[in-house]
Amino acid sequence: MAIVAQETKFGRYVRPVLAWVIALIFFFPIFWLVLTSFKTDADAVKPEFLFFFTPTLDNYLNMTENYDYWRFASNSVVTSVLATALALFVGIPSAYAMAFNPTKRTKDVLMWMLSTKMLPAAAVLYPMTFLAKGLGIYDTHFIVILVLTLVNLPIVIWMLFTYFKEIPKDIIEAGQMDGVSTWGEIKEILIPLAWGGIASTALLCFIFCWNEAYWTVRLTTTDAATLSALIEGNRAPEGLFFGRLSAVSAAAVGPIVVLGWFCQKQLVQGLTFGAVK
Amino acid sequence: MGHIVLENVVKRFGETEVIPPLNLTIEEGEFAVFVGPSGCGKSTLLRLIAGLEDATDGKIIIDGEDVTEVSPSKRGLAMVFQSYALYPHMTVRKNIAFPMRMAGMPEDEQERRIEAAAKSLNLTDYLDRKPGQLSGGQRQRVAIGRAIVREPSAFLFDEPLSNLDAALRVGMRLEISEMHKRLKTTMIYVTHDQVEAMTMADRIVVLQAGVIEQVGSPLELYHEPQNVFVAGFIGSPKMNLIEGPLADEHGAKTIGIRPEHISIDTAPSPGAWEGTVGVTEHLGSDTFVHIHGVPGCDPMTVRAAGDVAVRHGDKVFLTPNADLIHKFDAAGQRMS
Repeated sequence: MAIVAQETKFGRYVRPVLAWVIALIFFFPIFWLVLTSFKTDADAVKPEFLFFFTPTLDNYLNMTENYDYWRFASNSVVTSVLATALALFVGIPSAYAMAFNPTKRTKDVLMWMLSTKMLPAAAVLYPMTFLAKGLGIYDTHFIVILVLTLVNLPIVIWMLFTYFKEIPKDIIEAGQMDGVSTWGEIKEILIPLAWGGIASTALLCFIFCWNEAYWTVRLTTTDAATLSALIEGNRAPEGLFFGRLSAVSAAAVGPIVVLGWFCQKQLVQGLTFGAVK
Repeated sequence: MGHIVLENVVKRFGETEVIPPLNLTIEEGEFAVFVGPSGCGKSTLLRLIAGLEDATDGKIIIDGEDVTEVSPSKRGLAMVFQSYALYPHMTVRKNIAFPMRMAGMPEDEQERRIEAAAKSLNLTDYLDRKPGQLSGGQRQRVAIGRAIVREPSAFLFDEPLSNLDAALRVGMRLEISEMHKRLKTTMIYVTHDQVEAMTMADRIVVLQAGVIEQVGSPLELYHEPQNVFVAGFIGSPKMNLIEGPLADEHGAKTIGIRPEHISIDTAPSPGAWEGTVGVTEHLGSDTFVHIHGVPGCDPMTVRAAGDVAVRHGDKVFLTPNADLIHKFDAAGQRMS
């Protein structure tokens, strides 16, 4: 008799239920946030109105005047887009060099890059703040872009390195024989071949930039403050205005959740790439 | 064009010396084949010529110009890889056009050369397909097309047929040989398959552990192998190498006799070697008979006629053609 894996009752009924329960637990904070954003500030703090209340759009309609939402949103977009672009601009040639011309030290360099992510950000808080203020770049787009690029660069290079390693070296060498320059190799061969990988890396980097709060809160006040800084900054004084705060929070995470939702496939592929050949 | 000289070329990977100082000249228009067992340094040697590996020491001279420090793209050579190394994101047309586009060639000239190459390689119908939609043989043709259009001073082939099935390999072998006759361009071809080497080469370079064991035409290598390694490597089935008393009779450490130079008989004759039939391999035209019991060489292979009537366990008597016995000294070198 052939050996066939039998589907158990556990696999058939219990597992999906468990999966849904866990998913709902994870999703609940977001759900609660969105729900609260449709309540008045008074209703928001009353537990008895958790599900039953009169929905209002006021929190969203007044967002612009309450919080100057669009300024923060545009700061978020500008800094995240430019930081992602800069990270790729530096990361692609770096990963290319390490993937196709490795030396004995390449592994060490990669580990060193990753080790910078192990450093607690708080350890360099003072030097960074003093430097930014001393150089007169505190609360500018420039410092935000620079810091977002630097904190995400190790991840960007690691991801790109993994993708580039999958490209057969023969193809790059064929390019060399065919007379392309180094830049030509990157532009004509590497980028088109690793396009999917570069896109997932860019997407993930963009999400990390958008969500970054530690540095954006500490290196900005108003001019270059992003949405995460806005929420963080209003946490204490607006503690009583849960409805308003929820609306602006929902509007801050909304774009990235939507983006992530649409690009799920790319993201999952990006994160598990190279795990199974 | 296409005169290549290697002068005392050395290649080390860290502490490991894969190519000790090596000298070799490849004449213009020649079809040279580098052959040897895997790991003998033949591909490394080709990559040194291509510029894909840097020589640790020595000089590489192409058409009188020292190119040791010149990048691969500036050496004027074209290479065909074992894995085809086509650009998977480009159509066949774009793959073939790529080196010309990189060289900034006018588009009408590019188009003319693509059409000519596609015609000679039977690729005209596939020009707008991507490599993923082609069979292995077609892909290798595209790779060859990409090399041809550059009109290089020499073609470098790195085991180009190893990924193809046997029937296709024979066909492509002929195509490449015909291409050489037509273009008359220098070609360097790396293979571990001595049949490819024998059938295609003007001159064969036999390598072992980075050292050139012998350079010569296929028939020179077949008739006068300079040492035991070449004797055993060239020829199919392999030459029988015999040590011990039978070799002593000829005053040599080792004697070699090719399977096709031994006659087999069931009746005893004076001076014949006695043995027992083991496995027989019937190819139709020939039969390879493996014989056990001949001292110093077990089993001994004999190439007999297709209809030879011997069976497993039969006692047989072997008579070598005395004029065609190769003698080697204790160092494995040919004795005159």
